[in-house]
Amino acid sequence: MMAQPATPATLDPQTVVADDPVLSARPENRVWKKFRAHKSAMLGGVLVGFFVLVAVFAPILPIPDPTATDWGAVRKAPSAAHWLGTDEIGRDVLARLIWGARASLMAGVVSVGIAVAFGVPLGILAGYFGGWTDGIISRCTEALLAVPFLILAIALAAFLGPSLTNAMIAIGLSATPVFVRLTRGQVISVKAEDYVEGAHAIGLSTPKILSRYIFPNILPPVLVQATLTIATAIIAEASLSFLGLGQQPPAPSWGSMLNTAKNFLAQAPWMAMWPGIAIFLVVLGFNLLGDGLRDALDPREH
Amino acid sequence: MLAFLLRRIVVAIPTVILISIFVFGLQKLLPGDPILAMAGEERDPEVIEFLREKYRMNDPVPVQYLAWVKGALTGDLGISLRTNQPVTELIGQKLPVTIQLAVMALIFALVIGIPAGILSAVKKGTVTDYIANVVALSGLSIPNFWLGIMLILLVAVNWQLLPASGYVPPGEDLWLSIKTMLMPAFVLGTALAATLMRHTRSAMLGVLKSDYVRTARAKGLAERRVILKHAFRNALTPIVTLTALLFGELIAGAVLTEQIFTIPGFGKLVVDAVFNRDYAVVQGIVLVTALGFIVMNILADAAYFVLNPRLRKQ
Repeated sequence: MMAQPATPATLDPQTVVADDPVLSARPENRVWKKFRAHKSAMLGGVLVGFFVLVAVFAPILPIPDPTATDWGAVRKAPSAAHWLGTDEIGRDVLARLIWGARASLMAGVVSVGIAVAFGVPLGILAGYFGGWTDGIISRCTEALLAVPFLILAIALAAFLGPSLTNAMIAIGLSATPVFVRLTRGQVISVKAEDYVEGAHAIGLSTPKILSRYIFPNILPPVLVQATLTIATAIIAEASLSFLGLGQQPPAPSWGSMLNTAKNFLAQAPWMAMWPGIAIFLVVLGFNLLGDGLRDALDPREH
Repeated sequence: MLAFLLRRIVVAIPTVILISIFVFGLQKLLPGDPILAMAGEERDPEVIEFLREKYRMNDPVPVQYLAWVKGALTGDLGISLRTNQPVTELIGQKLPVTIQLAVMALIFALVIGIPAGILSAVKKGTVTDYIANVVALSGLSIPNFWLGIMLILLVAVNWQLLPASGYVPPGEDLWLSIKTMLMPAFVLGTALAATLMRHTRSAMLGVLKSDYVRTARAKGLAERRVILKHAFRNALTPIVTLTALLFGELIAGAVLTEQIFTIPGFGKLVVDAVFNRDYAVVQGIVLVTALGFIVMNILADAAYFVLNPRLRKQ
């Protein structure tokens, strides 16, 4: 089998940057340059950046309270007072959309954080130590992968009870097997590299080899996968909230907004329009960003 | 071929056992005592004791698990708390509805995804390729339940072309059945079409660079023949695997699609079960989908043999 050209060890800033000023500038610059030249990736970055800013600054934006009801303005079409209209109990759709960005982004980042925190160490264990450790971890991963992602998340959310936190845990655990498998594969290919053999030969301890040689080299694909999984996780959170298993009312979330909106399609189509567009744009942003990162970080694509 | 299939089935056994442990373990996640919840408000001690015996709650966990597995092996997945029907029977009733939806969705996905993938690979770098990629990426980023809602708004509410929701069994009125299922199947199919298009494109790009395609061209074969007969035939293997893997997405997508279009299928069953706290049904569904996924994978491996004569000799 042909050894896969691994990402150069120089990606680790601690190991090389300190002692080689010339080498140090190269890889990061190259990645950044490739990334910047990638127009769609930049578009993805802008989309994601926009939603992050909106979510962060939601409390200080001049918008109405997202949970404040106004029985005098029920299901009003977009106007100067309510730019995107109001919902079935007179709440401002724009305000709910902006606060909903918080739930969506948080769900995306936290659940992927959970998946990475469990998946990467397990994948490293399986890939590096092999043998029965690998056997147990891999069989469990395969078993979990056999259950469709959303079905697993729905089942977990059902048994844990419906809430945003539980939805994030459910999505995170459902996404874990993907990271275990990816990390395991990467570790197996990096483990065979000469510089890891070298590290063994000079007697470095296993934790040192793992943290200084293995981990930095498996990071790029994990980063790409994490970015793409955030996109999946945001859709999954919206789906769970749409089914009533995520964010609970009256707290705003795009999925639950769509769930209510589907009952008022004929009377108030704007209620259904905006949350969907928001989900689409932020998910598209993460997908473009992930694709761009993959191209920029892949050393084979020179 | 038979030996190969048998080996694949044997390899799948530990996975199935792990899945069963996991599905059984789900109920242990439940906060509080499920028996107390079942016993209702009076909490009659006799009723509680009866339920404990019935659901074997007094036995140690491994004994409970083995009893559950024994039931599952004989097709007994418990009784739905809601309808008092056996879970297997419920699933059996709802499954054909979802299979109809899934098959129609898959037809949409294949008819859109594969030609689009071939076209964009053959015309790599052109405007056609670019447009196909943009459409595919958008397809991946649009939540399909939102697409469903928008289609209902446009096609059913505004244009009144197709029914907005519901289900008609094909045995009752085939044409109406297909008509009702058209919109849901399209919604479910587009998401898969995007994935399929991207994979077809990359498989075709790999194959188009190969020597035998160059040879076929050098022989002076018509381009159409080169692409469809020589290139696509070889790109088909990864596409078949992927289609089998799409089974999971198909079932998961069906959950949302059935919810939007109020189709009384497998997906609606799971959502209703979740809200009715009908845990035996949720467990049964997870188990059945996982087994379905494993079977699909084994079938995909078998399809390799049919598609790739080189494998047969090994």
